[in-house]
Amino acid sequence: MNGAAHYFHWGFIQISAANLVVILLMILVFALAVLVPFPSSKRHDREGGE
Amino acid sequence: MSLTHALQQRLTENLSYEDLLPEEQPAYVHSYVYLFGAATIASFALLMVTGIILAAFGPQWWHFDNAGHFFNSLHFWAVQAFFFFMVLHLWTAFFQGAWRDGRGLTWVSGVMTFGASVLTAFTGYISQQNFDAQWIAIQGKDAMNAIGAGAFFNLLNFGQMYGYHIFLLPVLVSLLMGIHLTLVRFKGVVRPYEESTQAAPPTSAVTAREGAAV
Repeated sequence: MNGAAHYFHWGFIQISAANLVVILLMILVFALAVLVPFPSSKRHDREGGE
Repeated sequence: MSLTHALQQRLTENLSYEDLLPEEQPAYVHSYVYLFGAATIASFALLMVTGIILAAFGPQWWHFDNAGHFFNSLHFWAVQAFFFFMVLHLWTAFFQGAWRDGRGLTWVSGVMTFGASVLTAFTGYISQQNFDAQWIAIQGKDAMNAIGAGAFFNLLNFGQMYGYHIFLLPVLVSLLMGIHLTLVRFKGVVRPYEESTQAAPPTSAVTAREGAAV
């Protein structure tokens, strides 16, 4: 944290590597949370998926 | 009718123990995206615990002691997790249109919690007691002066910033979070768009109880 941050530049867009990593991680976690099926509880399985 | 009686009646009618501590949620709540709010609360709990420990031992400890470094890092990473999950929760609420069916106040209380959290984090960066904190305070004071808040919110006054960070703002965030959670329990989780358009009644009685879990 004491060194100079690494930045990416695309035209007028400028973002630090740390911020870019966090944003990409957030998008990844959000996509996984949407796509990965949520496990059902055994209680409800027994009840025939009520 | 006394205020106490009116409040008691309103709570009895609208916020039963089933609503407050539901055992089941509607089927559409069975998704990982609904865990982001809980993860935010868990991060906040870790923030409070590590913050209390840091406040008890002071800056010398968190800067020069190994255990102090550890709790300082825990506090820092808990902040990262707090905002990480809070923003994911915000995305979830946004794409669901979580303000629908009479849930406007729930959305607004969430926005206010987010704003108060940003201010808490900001005063936290100023309260580090290092050169980074001094740099942020020096740079930030101009912005505060520009919006006319400098006279009341002086970033160069460490005592004021520290007081805001460890007492006033955490109390405010806790209060807003409590209101937000109560409103979520009060109104229940919003229905998905396709179900909502089928003229479903918006009350918590439906959202919290009707749809059985999968």
